[in-house]
Amino acid sequence: MPIRERLSGNEAIAVAMRQINPDVVAAFPITPSTEIPQYFSQFVANGEVETEFVAVESEHSAMSACVGAQAAGGRTMTATSANGLALMWEVLYIAAAMKLPVTMACVNRALSGPLNIHNDHSDSMGARDSGWIQLYSENNQEAYDNMLQATRIGEHKDVMLPVMVCQDGFITSHAVENIELLEDDKIKAFVGEYKPEHYLMNPKEKIAVGPLDLPAHCFEHKREQAQSMINAKKVILDIAVEFEKLTGRKYDLFESYKLQDAEVAIVIINSTAGTAKTVVDKLREEGVKAGLLKIRVFRPFPSNEIADALRHVKVLAVMDKAEGFSAVGGPLNADIRAALYGNADGIKTVNYIYGLGGRDVRSDDIETVYRDLLEIQKTGKVGADYRYIGVRE
Amino acid sequence: MGKLVEIRWHGRGGQGAKTAALLLADAAFNTGKFIQGFPEYGPERMGAPITAYNRISDDRITIHSNIYEPDYVVVVDETLLTSVDVTAGLKENGAIIVNTEKSPDQVKKYLKGYNGKVCTVDARKISEDALGRYFPNTPMLGAVVKVSGIMDEKEFLTDMKSSFAHKFATKPEVIEGNMKAIERSMQEVQGL
Amino acid sequence: MRNKDAKTMTTSTPWKEITPGGAIYDAGNAEDFLTGDWRAMKPVWIIEKCTQCMLCPPTCPDNAIPVEDSKRLDYDYDHCKGCGVCFKVCPFDAIDFVKEDE
Repeated sequence: MPIRERLSGNEAIAVAMRQINPDVVAAFPITPSTEIPQYFSQFVANGEVETEFVAVESEHSAMSACVGAQAAGGRTMTATSANGLALMWEVLYIAAAMKLPVTMACVNRALSGPLNIHNDHSDSMGARDSGWIQLYSENNQEAYDNMLQATRIGEHKDVMLPVMVCQDGFITSHAVENIELLEDDKIKAFVGEYKPEHYLMNPKEKIAVGPLDLPAHCFEHKREQAQSMINAKKVILDIAVEFEKLTGRKYDLFESYKLQDAEVAIVIINSTAGTAKTVVDKLREEGVKAGLLKIRVFRPFPSNEIADALRHVKVLAVMDKAEGFSAVGGPLNADIRAALYGNADGIKTVNYIYGLGGRDVRSDDIETVYRDLLEIQKTGKVGADYRYIGVRE
Repeated sequence: MGKLVEIRWHGRGGQGAKTAALLLADAAFNTGKFIQGFPEYGPERMGAPITAYNRISDDRITIHSNIYEPDYVVVVDETLLTSVDVTAGLKENGAIIVNTEKSPDQVKKYLKGYNGKVCTVDARKISEDALGRYFPNTPMLGAVVKVSGIMDEKEFLTDMKSSFAHKFATKPEVIEGNMKAIERSMQEVQGL
Repeated sequence: MRNKDAKTMTTSTPWKEITPGGAIYDAGNAEDFLTGDWRAMKPVWIIEKCTQCMLCPPTCPDNAIPVEDSKRLDYDYDHCKGCGVCFKVCPFDAIDFVKEDE
């Protein structure tokens, strides 16, 4: 029987970590993810987990400790946000290149500057090329469920990559909402034990990790790493099937909401997808064929699947909660357009930058986007395809 | 109930408006509802105006924005009436509940022509009588349950008692005071 | 992991056979990498002058001065890169430093 609870997004992540009972957690506090190591260190102090909690002096050290502990053979986790993630930067790439399946709870917050503690996606979007798998979560339930699946995905022998589980800072991290938890023993059985093939603390095998890698071999190592990301897609889907059997909750690479016959649609990430669903419902009542595609897996990017899901759409808006400063749109826009090009041509597409620095996204804002799309559909004229919504003009 | 009820709390840092919103969410959760309880984070300093929100529904809630057209507004500190636009977007068929010794009619003049129901409760007096200290959030919680009718009053009281028993396990002497504060507030709230 | 032996990671190893992350499933394998042919100058041990003071072995960056029973032996020319540090530290002129072809 699932356990009916009410938890904030941060509490949900901390509970998932308690249930997984990792060998090592190394973290440094930063708003809005602070509560995760805070709650978790209480579990450690109460003896509810056997985890070694490493209270490091910076995020750079947190990720370095995770790399060391994971290479040693331990299941390792951390949590961070914004500038904390930025300080981990160089070590993120090292964790991925060393094929170490560290799990991170990333509570999305605007990357300074200007100095801001509120939500947007500029932190994790900047880390999109670091070689980490990225899973995004609409609410506390998805954050919890993604965290439980993350260890399985990362540790799969065909993958062996670190996984970042993202959710919106404050909006879901600090909002208490209903959630269904699983019993501890079920999670223990689902997650299983971490049994790496090679690890430093194995007395039966001599091993050296992280050596200098010159042009004679480095290129081959990068190709091997890229293959792991390619392999991850199938593994993510397989584990989602297993998870659905356990919980009844269905996960995919992305969620299609009333998309099947949609003529106007938006592509969006994290909590605003929930707000947008209420707008889709309202528009559907008016007879508007509106739909929504919510990205769950951003890395690896499910390019072909997205093109298939959107092929029939007439007008599309890609919603970016991060600037790319490319002068032509945000990071999600670039990937979606690349997915459509040659695969699903002819869809009139516009990009909206929204909600930067924690600007609240109202259902009215989303409705305005759909009305814009309907106007484009009516007139056939796209106009500016790189737009802002919710900014003071 | 079937419909979504949205509540906005106005308070000052340190008065427990966020805690009250979370307690209300808890109580509604325990009666089987889908809930949201979340603060709007700003400069979190003692005395700074803060806003917290509740959504309560029989169905799953997916919307994740602040609340702009609340059904109910709770003002935990009456000095906010002159500095914050507390009735902004408040539905006319809803209500505002203010912590004050004034009557609803006396409060109305601060409410920028709001035509809906105005309720008042003297949470300061109730809190000081029942708890010996000024903790306005529990009496305000009782008042909002009474005014909004979002849950069965008996169920609410039973649930509060058990959550206080849990929360104040180490100082059981305050459980009775808090319960008394809630009950008195439910009886004394004016303007129903 | 397809290829267990780091020694076989050659410049013709294809990516499907390379060890992930460049991990080396072996230890002490620096010995397999012969650096002796990097030498332009080479140290020569003059055994008659050597007092076995043991100043030279720890200065060698390549462990190319073998030690046995607290006494140094002749150079391991497979690994000596000819840096000349041992020649510099010897207080007894018991190490000569000459061109490789002499």
